[in-house]
Amino acid sequence: MAETTLSTQRAGRKPRFLLADNASVLIFMGLLALFTLGVTVLSEGFGIGVISTSFVKTLGKTLCLCLVALAMDLVWGYCGILSLGHMAFFGLGGYAIGMWLMYARTEIIVTESLAAAALPPTPQEISDGIAAQIFGVVGASEFPPIWAFAHSLPLQLAAVVLVPGLLALVFGWLAFRSRVTGVYLSILTQAMTLALSLYLFQNDSGLRGNNGLSGLQNLPGLGDVPQSTVSLWFFWASALALGLGYLLCVRVVSGKFGSVIRAIRDDESRARFLGYPVEGYKLFIFTLTAILAGIAGALYYPQAGIINPAEIAPIASIYLAVWVAIGGRGRLYGAVIGAAFVSLLSTWFTGGQAPDVSLGFYTIQWVDWWTVLLGLSFVAVTLFAPKGIGGLFDLIADRRHQDRHGADLGPEPGALREKESQV
Amino acid sequence: MSTLLEVSGVSVSFDGFRAINNLTFQIAEREMRAVIGPNGAGKTTFMDIVTGKTRPDAGQVLWGEKSQSLLRMSESRIAQAGIGRKFQRPTVFEDQTVAENLMLALKKKRGPLAVLRFRASAEDRERVEQLAGEIGLNAALHRKSGELSHGQKQWLEIGMLLAQEPRLLLVDEPAAGMTAAEREHTTALLVEAAKTRAVVVIEHDMEFVRRLNCKVTVLHEGSVLAEGSIDHVTSDEKVIEVYLGR
Ligand SMILES: Nc1ncnc2c1ncn2[C@@H]1O[C@H](COP(=O)(O)OP(=O)(O)O)[C@@H](O)[C@H]1O
Ligand SMILES: [Mg+2]
Repeated sequence: MAETTLSTQRAGRKPRFLLADNASVLIFMGLLALFTLGVTVLSEGFGIGVISTSFVKTLGKTLCLCLVALAMDLVWGYCGILSLGHMAFFGLGGYAIGMWLMYARTEIIVTESLAAAALPPTPQEISDGIAAQIFGVVGASEFPPIWAFAHSLPLQLAAVVLVPGLLALVFGWLAFRSRVTGVYLSILTQAMTLALSLYLFQNDSGLRGNNGLSGLQNLPGLGDVPQSTVSLWFFWASALALGLGYLLCVRVVSGKFGSVIRAIRDDESRARFLGYPVEGYKLFIFTLTAILAGIAGALYYPQAGIINPAEIAPIASIYLAVWVAIGGRGRLYGAVIGAAFVSLLSTWFTGGQAPDVSLGFYTIQWVDWWTVLLGLSFVAVTLFAPKGIGGLFDLIADRRHQDRHGADLGPEPGALREKESQV
Repeated sequence: MSTLLEVSGVSVSFDGFRAINNLTFQIAEREMRAVIGPNGAGKTTFMDIVTGKTRPDAGQVLWGEKSQSLLRMSESRIAQAGIGRKFQRPTVFEDQTVAENLMLALKKKRGPLAVLRFRASAEDRERVEQLAGEIGLNAALHRKSGELSHGQKQWLEIGMLLAQEPRLLLVDEPAAGMTAAEREHTTALLVEAAKTRAVVVIEHDMEFVRRLNCKVTVLHEGSVLAEGSIDHVTSDEKVIEVYLGR
């Protein structure tokens, strides 16, 4: 009887939402807060100026990449959908906010220059002036229909969520309904990404072809505010978005919903026979993560200053998968570690800061060889450490819990014994 | 007793090979039925058809008192309608604990939004423990199910089926790979389950079928060869020829 009560209590201990049960969440949020504070204190804008403004931007962009990596981990690591198209959603978020930034800033410039004229300009003249400024490079002077809402910040902010969300919804609905899975789905997402980037490369796409959108680092109407300050605003916003995104993902992957999507990942047809509408779950996760990616992109590109179709190229989405794999998929902090680690390393190597390695007969220049190194690391991780960098944390945890020597792993006859478990 | 499931005139071919040939089968509520037949007779395919995994080329599958056709429904809708299935190979979610597996199976709303809001109540957890007790896995509740022995996985899967509270239970070779003691426990579980729902058991082992003590359907080359009590079918000439007399 005593035993039953005991086991009832143990099973009755509910996984409390987000916190108590999940030390890793607290640690993550604490580290993120410390990091944000540290960068602020060391920055040029608000602190002692040890960290340059351009590096603050790099760090802010890295936080956005961590957010999109979280999304990738949710869709791939937890739900088993290897999407190679999430950087397309990221780019669409960037374009959506970029349109407003570019429109609003050009509007100010055009209005100022027309104010000098004898007659006050008509709205049509202003609009034509803005269009000529923005689309001159692609030989057009009229606004394409997709710019209809570019004047409105709220509407473009809505587009940051709606455009990637709707694209994912429609694409996912078509793909999942036809039960496209595994590598075929990956190829399909690559095809979508390729088609989108090729379309955007065209001059008449309405988004300035290969010129893309530029000058995004300048906030309209806030021309007097120095970049050292603006960079921190975006850095904070990125940190906040990452923190909230992390909490959202934790909420989704814990509890029964997380259990269902992992079940779908591991055996989708079994989940179906339990009565779960697998397609609905996949569509939900695919769309949710596309929206997260869009938000990450909308925060990234104002810090990058420029977005062009090359950013949406299929390879970007493949890199995203590589980051998550290296960081350790199927655990949220793994994705964040992978994205931060690899993208910062990549900045270092490709930025020309890494010293060349002279082999006597050949000199390794990291700008060229970094991609090779990355590829090799990916292969190595896949083969030898499928849990990625995040797997290291298991080693620490295992060491702490190893007080079971000699004990049965299970009381049932025929259950796995310690000896077997070590094979 | 009223008919729960009615399969009539069903045929299905794979690349020209007729796996199921004009099959007709009925089961009433709270009936226990054993389906036997040599390898390749089409037993598993029959379950595939009922659960929506395979679409037949011809025939009808009707369900419940409203005689709803199952042929138009997706696998998940059929499962929600009350048909549970145990596969030949034990398929549990190995990366998740016994408790999580049972909680997944527990009869609850299955849609994404409902599941997102779901929080296990005290009764839910009690029910999970009670089920774990029935399948002898109470002490393993918080272990990953991948660590269980083969027989324990089979039971866990049966436990998950019971958690679903289906009106019809389809069980494919539950005793495969079990020890004699495990078989006995399994028989007891199935007989108990059949008190409140219909159960179809596919089995090779005649002793096992005998202990179930129910009506037997013999399948051969995709159609019903004989039907009746175990003594009736084992004395049937045709059955002896194709199955027992090998
Ligand atoms: N998906 C499939 N594709 C091709 N042939 C199949 C398929 N499923 C079953 N079969 C064939 O149908 C026949 C019946 O198989 P099955 O129902 O598994 O038999 P049983 O379960 O009675 O041993 C077998 O000959 C098998 O090879
Ligand atoms: Mg079979």
